[in-house]
Amino acid sequence: MNYFQLFNLPAQFDLDLTELGSRYLKLQKQFHPDQHSSGSERDKLLAVQQTANINDAYHSLKQPLLRAEHLLALRGLKISNEQRSFTDPMFLMQQMELREQLAEIALSDDPDSMIDSIERQLQQQKKQLLKQLASALDAQTAEQDQLAADLIRKLKFFFKLQQELELIEQQLQD
Amino acid sequence: MAYSNKVIDHYENPRNVGAFDKDDVGVATGMVGAPACGDVMKLQIKVNEQGIIEDAKFKTYGCGSAIASSSLVTEWVKGKSLAQAEQIKNTDIAQELALPPVKIHCSILAEDAIKAAIADYKQKHGG
Repeated sequence: MNYFQLFNLPAQFDLDLTELGSRYLKLQKQFHPDQHSSGSERDKLLAVQQTANINDAYHSLKQPLLRAEHLLALRGLKISNEQRSFTDPMFLMQQMELREQLAEIALSDDPDSMIDSIERQLQQQKKQLLKQLASALDAQTAEQDQLAADLIRKLKFFFKLQQELELIEQQLQD
Repeated sequence: MAYSNKVIDHYENPRNVGAFDKDDVGVATGMVGAPACGDVMKLQIKVNEQGIIEDAKFKTYGCGSAIASSSLVTEWVKGKSLAQAEQIKNTDIAQELALPPVKIHCSILAEDAIKAAIADYKQKHGG
């Protein structure tokens, strides 16, 4: 299913999230099962199915990485369930170092400033990768699509680091 | 999710955690990662002049199954030739640790890590 088509939005990475939100609410209202309570069993079932599709589509388009994956899937490059290992040694070395920094937070005299500094690094790296991803997806060539797929994989590592950092922050507050 | 006893054993008492000096002759490094869960695995081997893996170390950031898979592989490769170590299959790892289907990718990661370390060794020593 083409999620962009469902919301009648252009199939591109740069998306107006406010517009997406309002179209989502409108569609949800239109297909809400209550609106079809007087219809046949088949109509009711279809409305339920359609509501589920609308929800899936909205959640996928809202998140940049899922949106990028969906765009690539529409272009025939499916990476959402891949189990292939990522093998860029330089990138992984950097990931290892960031993980080591995270592990050091608990031992630090000043954990807050360490969290802030790692947070800034992660945000900066994520911003840069997302910018590269946007321009790779805009190019619409097979070669740039492959590059985009690699950028999505790299970004997933950064989103994971972000989660880990948030966990550590919570643990320190408790 | 319930981990098998073998996974818990490797997770609580990981074998061969650490690192070798990467500039040492005979030391080779394999780095791999799994984008889906953000796991990162480093596996190092120390190969002697006879081409036998004398020692192995690992460092893994990830779930219990990923840590157990890499810990197990460092145990398995010790005393093996590079050709023998190359034969290690993710299915053997998954079977030994009784990994559930959703954790099979952890064993794939460990197989790819030892393969990457062997490839690094061969590259450093001219094939």
